[in-house]
Amino acid sequence: MSTDKIREILTSHGRLTESVDNLKDDSDLYQAGLTSLATVGLMLALEDEFDIEFPDSVLSRKTFGSINSIADTIEDLTD
Amino acid sequence: MQKNASVQHTQFEELLQKVHAVGKETIANHASDVDEKARFPQESIEALKSLNLMSAYVPVEYGGMGLDIEQVGKICHILGHYCGSTAMIFAMHKIQVACVVHHCLTVEYFKNFAKRLVSEQLLIASATTEIGIGGDLLSSFCCVEAHDNEFDLTKKAPVISYGEYADALLITARRSADAAKSDQVGVLLNKDQYSLEPISDWDTLGFRGTCSSGFVVTGKADIEQIMPIPFTDALSQTMHPYSHVVWASLWSGIAASAVGKARSYVKNAVRKNPTAPPISSIRLGEVDTALTTMKNNVAASTKEYADLLNANNPDAFSNFSFATRINNLKISSSQLLIDIVGKSMMICGIASYRNQSELSLARHIRDAYGASLMVNNDRIMMHNSTLVLMHKE
Ligand SMILES: Cc1cc2nc3c(=O)[nH]c(=O)nc-3n(C[C@H](O)[C@H](O)[C@H](O)COP(=O)(O)OP(=O)(O)OC[C@H]3O[C@@H](n4cnc5c(N)ncnc54)[C@H](O)[C@@H]3O)c2cc1C
Repeated sequence: MSTDKIREILTSHGRLTESVDNLKDDSDLYQAGLTSLATVGLMLALEDEFDIEFPDSVLSRKTFGSINSIADTIEDLTD
Repeated sequence: MQKNASVQHTQFEELLQKVHAVGKETIANHASDVDEKARFPQESIEALKSLNLMSAYVPVEYGGMGLDIEQVGKICHILGHYCGSTAMIFAMHKIQVACVVHHCLTVEYFKNFAKRLVSEQLLIASATTEIGIGGDLLSSFCCVEAHDNEFDLTKKAPVISYGEYADALLITARRSADAAKSDQVGVLLNKDQYSLEPISDWDTLGFRGTCSSGFVVTGKADIEQIMPIPFTDALSQTMHPYSHVVWASLWSGIAASAVGKARSYVKNAVRKNPTAPPISSIRLGEVDTALTTMKNNVAASTKEYADLLNANNPDAFSNFSFATRINNLKISSSQLLIDIVGKSMMICGIASYRNQSELSLARHIRDAYGASLMVNNDRIMMHNSTLVLMHKE
């Protein structure tokens, strides 16, 4: 899937210390300044945008750890 | 990730009897003196070494006992009965051992270290807390400065339990000078590779025998001594769950010891007046309920963690609801500890308030208040307050 939408949401909700444009799809978002509080906002925004609900089993640091893993998870959920 | 298989049941029961024996014969005898003088419980740690307990969590193939987390928790619980500081030292040591065992046994240096843990019964301390950062384990100021095959490291650590008495030190630091503060590694240094410059003493309310003074640590070591995984992974898979499990286990031992004193007080009262049960027997029933809750919490979380270790799926540890439950164990156990010791004092009355008395709970209550501060409960609650928003039942 295209990661543009995810990048947009990361920009508005991720409160990262680095610009999202400088991040690669596999960059570690926690190292880019993603906090647990920001993860909540990010999750809610992703759920609204993609009309999905993240089940408990995927709610982990790993899921929100990179743009790729967010994209993979969303793909699995929308299949 | 490496994990231990459980040791045979009868063998382990025998070991527990031995732990009780050194608890009664050695550890309990020195507990007051250790507490009064805020000194290192040398005799007690020696006694644990005589049972080879410093390497209890080291896998059998390296010569250790290969105990699992549930078994280590049981030992912590027993030690908590006899001396909170000794139990805390043992528990903290085991956290560092677990980091080595779970994550580092692919590296030659750590393999040898595991063998030395067995043959020399080494004691490992930890310097995670840093001046200017406080209890936020996921950030460091200090960094590893690598050149060729070596690195230098200087850390201002305000609290290093038994730092002066340890044989090795596990330190967290940023990966390099230009790494983000969350991009951390753990390094394990031997005593002859670092110096400790004292910056604060440890004259505290409780856990006085942990001798958790502050130091500037200056060290130089081989790059092989850097743990081979990012510290965040070691934290989520080991340090965070393991520490809360072993801490809560030993706190439940302190709580059980307090309830034991309360029970003996009430028994005495019943002996004196067998026809009318004293009001304190109701209080005893009440405090026993709280203790059961505490023990059940510990057992449930320990089992959940043990199951995850057995499943050997490293990703499962970063699940937010697991982290929340482990945090809840820490918060509730540290609160229940104060509650249970306080209720036991209500039962034993002034005898428990005296420093010198069979029923004294003075050390217990002072130790109890440390539990909610070591990684501040409010910091943990703040973390949970965001995690619970994501939770789906
Ligand atoms: C008996 C004992 C032994 C210890 N042994 C060791 C050891 O061997 N090695 C080691 O490294 N450390 C050790 N520690 C330190 C311990 O792990 C904590 O890191 C330390 O106590 C935290 O210090 P603090 O209270 O100054 O900081 P903080 O955790 O920063 O807390 C200070 C205050 O700030 C608030 N606060 C700060 N940040 C937040 C936040 N994000 N959210 C919510 N509240 C916040 C807290 O609620 C609290 O009011 C030990 C502590 C004890 C009590």
